[in-house]
Order: sequence, then structure tokens, then C-alpha cells
Amino acid sequence: MVKNTGCSSRGPGFNSVPTWQLTTICNSSSKGSSDLLASKNTKHTCGIQTSIYIKSKISSTGASRGGAASPRPPQGRSSRQDKYSVLLPTYNEHENLPLIMWLLVKSFSESAINYEIIIIDDGSPDGTREVAEQLEKIYGSDRILLRPREKKLGLGTAYIHGIKHATGNYVIIMDADLSHHPKFIPEFIRKQKEGNFDIVSGTRYKGNGGVYGWDLKRKIISRGANFITQILLRPGASDLTGSFKLYRKEVLQKLIEKCVSKGYVFQMEMIVRARQLNYTIGEVPISFVDRVYGESKLGGNEIVSFLKGLLTLFATT
Amino acid sequence: MLKLTQWLWGLGLLDSAWAALTMGALDLELSFPCQEVLWPLPAYLLVSAGCYALGIVGYSVATFHDCEDAVRELQSQILEAQADLTRNGLCF
Repeated sequence: MVKNTGCSSRGPGFNSVPTWQLTTICNSSSKGSSDLLASKNTKHTCGIQTSIYIKSKISSTGASRGGAASPRPPQGRSSRQDKYSVLLPTYNEHENLPLIMWLLVKSFSESAINYEIIIIDDGSPDGTREVAEQLEKIYGSDRILLRPREKKLGLGTAYIHGIKHATGNYVIIMDADLSHHPKFIPEFIRKQKEGNFDIVSGTRYKGNGGVYGWDLKRKIISRGANFITQILLRPGASDLTGSFKLYRKEVLQKLIEKCVSKGYVFQMEMIVRARQLNYTIGEVPISFVDRVYGESKLGGNEIVSFLKGLLTLFATT
Repeated sequence: MLKLTQWLWGLGLLDSAWAALTMGALDLELSFPCQEVLWPLPAYLLVSAGCYALGIVGYSVATFHDCEDAVRELQSQILEAQADLTRNGLCF
């Protein structure tokens, strides 16, 4: 029986084959242009056999497409079935957490998006966990999930931990310090649907993306580093160190498994590996507010580790 | 192929072509003006590439968008959020 099997499995593009193609194949041995659905009622054994044949044929073509190109779910999936999990790793964010939560809830409710927010607190000493518990009471534990850890264990492991508890099929990663504004999330979602992208990345360097709170020196370093990265790695994305992205859940899982670096370089490596695995990347310009109050600083240590990471990626990918 | 390998191949190819032409290994009778240009060509290309890079970085720094409105919007939203959350019982 030909059925549109659920899109949750990223199997071969069986459900992307339009029905009329199936009927044409069946026509040769069945009566008229009746579709396979009708054949079920008439107990037309040929129809069932043909459908099995079609399914296996498409499975084999899907497999023969090779391991490099990953099959994507079809675009026509109902958006009511999509759920977006936001992973928020936090450390000492007891001031910003309520604000970012309010903004997230506002953006999601205004666009009627099905969402959940997973707060991964790494044992913050400033009471972030208590604030998170209060927020859970206010917004409901179906929307806000608390999944804390005992101590600071790093971003990659925070994502792994978060994904284990995520029930959505898309995952959004972002910073909890108000530098990323949740109002861009509906734009990410729109962009993702537009191009059926595996990853949508927020970029500060293209379109009307930009930054607030950076002095000239910081801007020069940032643009210089980005230029070198583009020349050496040719990644196909304009902003590699940004951490405001939307991923398909399975894509994020796969990439984290493959990545080995830490810090800035971790984000860069994710994009480079995504390119290697032939995932598609879409971009949305975002505004990055680096500290609403005060100045942002970039130390020499960070620059050195960035360059080391960049050269490692250059030599190993 | 690794990016490093691609670069090494590309540079190696260009270098060997230049060396072959300047040393006369291909037995080509190049006119004197051609030879004059060929000899300093790598240095010239390096300097041009450096200037190009500086130009690009300079241009992109100059056109780096400063999001003034984003900050104002964020600051007003922060006040709104604080008021709303206190109403809902959050203790800051």
C-alpha cells in the first residue's frame, strides 16, 4: 500500500516522488488510470506488488546516490509538525536569563511557533539555576526544560547534553547574554523553509548584519580574521565564528560527533565539517549587540588560539 | 583533498612554471621585455596580493554596520521585560 510515511526518518526520497509517477508505472499492469489507493479497495494484487517494487527501486536509487550527499526531508512537510528546541548553555547569567527568556517567549508566541527552551546551566555560583526554576514556574515546564550540570564542562558537551533532552526536530543554538536577539529566530525558520537548508547561520558580516559595541581595533581584528579564514578555508559561509544558528537535530548530532576543537574554533569547525558532509547552509543577517553596557575586550590569548585553530583546520580538512 | 594540499599543489605548479620559463628550460626564445617582466613576477604578485588584502579588509571595516537601533530596541525591551516579569512574580 503506498503511504506517505512520516518525514521523521531521513530515509530515501520515497515520499518526494509524486503520486502520478507511481500510477504510470502501475498502469501497465492495472486497469485504467486508477491510482494505487483505489487498487487497495479492488484487492488488485498487482498494485500492491508494484508498490513494493517502486519502494525498493527508490530505496536502491537513494542508496546509490552515495554517502556524500545526505538525503533531505521533502519541503512539503506541514509546519505544524515542526518543533524548535532552543539550547541555552548558561554560566553566571542570573541577570540576563529572565530577559532572554521573555524575548524568546515573545518572539515564538508572536509567530505561533511550537517551541521548547532547554537551559543547560553548568553549576553557576550566582543563582542562575534558581532564576531558571522561577521561570519554569511562570512559563510552564512543557516550554522550559531545566537540564543543569554540576560544573563547567564546555560548550560541545552542553549541546550533546541538550540534544539528548530535545524533543523538537530543529535545534537553535544561541548565546544567553543578550548578544543574540530572538527576533531573528522566525527569520531563520523562514529561511530554512525557503531553501530546505540543513543549517541556517546568523551572519554579522553580510547584508545588513552588524555589530554594536566594537571599537575600531576590534573591528579590524574581526574583519582581518574573517578574511584570512575565507582565503584559507573557502567555507561558503560569511560568518564562521558566530554561534547563532538553526540546525536540523540530526545534523547537529552528526557534526558534534565529528568536531574536536574548543571555543571559537569549535564553531568554525562545525561549519567546515558541514561543508565536507555536503550539508546546505543558509545565511540570515543578524545584529550582534556585544554588551549593552560597557566595553568588550578581545585578549591576545584568544587571537593566538584562533590562529592555531585556523591553521589546524587548514591542515586537516 | 586537504586545503593545505590544494595550496601546495597550486603554488608548486605556478613556481615550477615560472622557474621553467626563467631558466630557459623549455627552450623558448622569449623576447627581452618578456624576460624582464617574468623575473620579478612572483614578488610583484605577492605585493599586489598584500595590497588587495589590505584593501578588502579596509573596505569591509569601513562598511561594518553599527547597529544603533538594535541597542535602543533592546534597552527598551529590557525595561518592558523587567516590568512584565516582576508582575508575574519573578524576584530579580
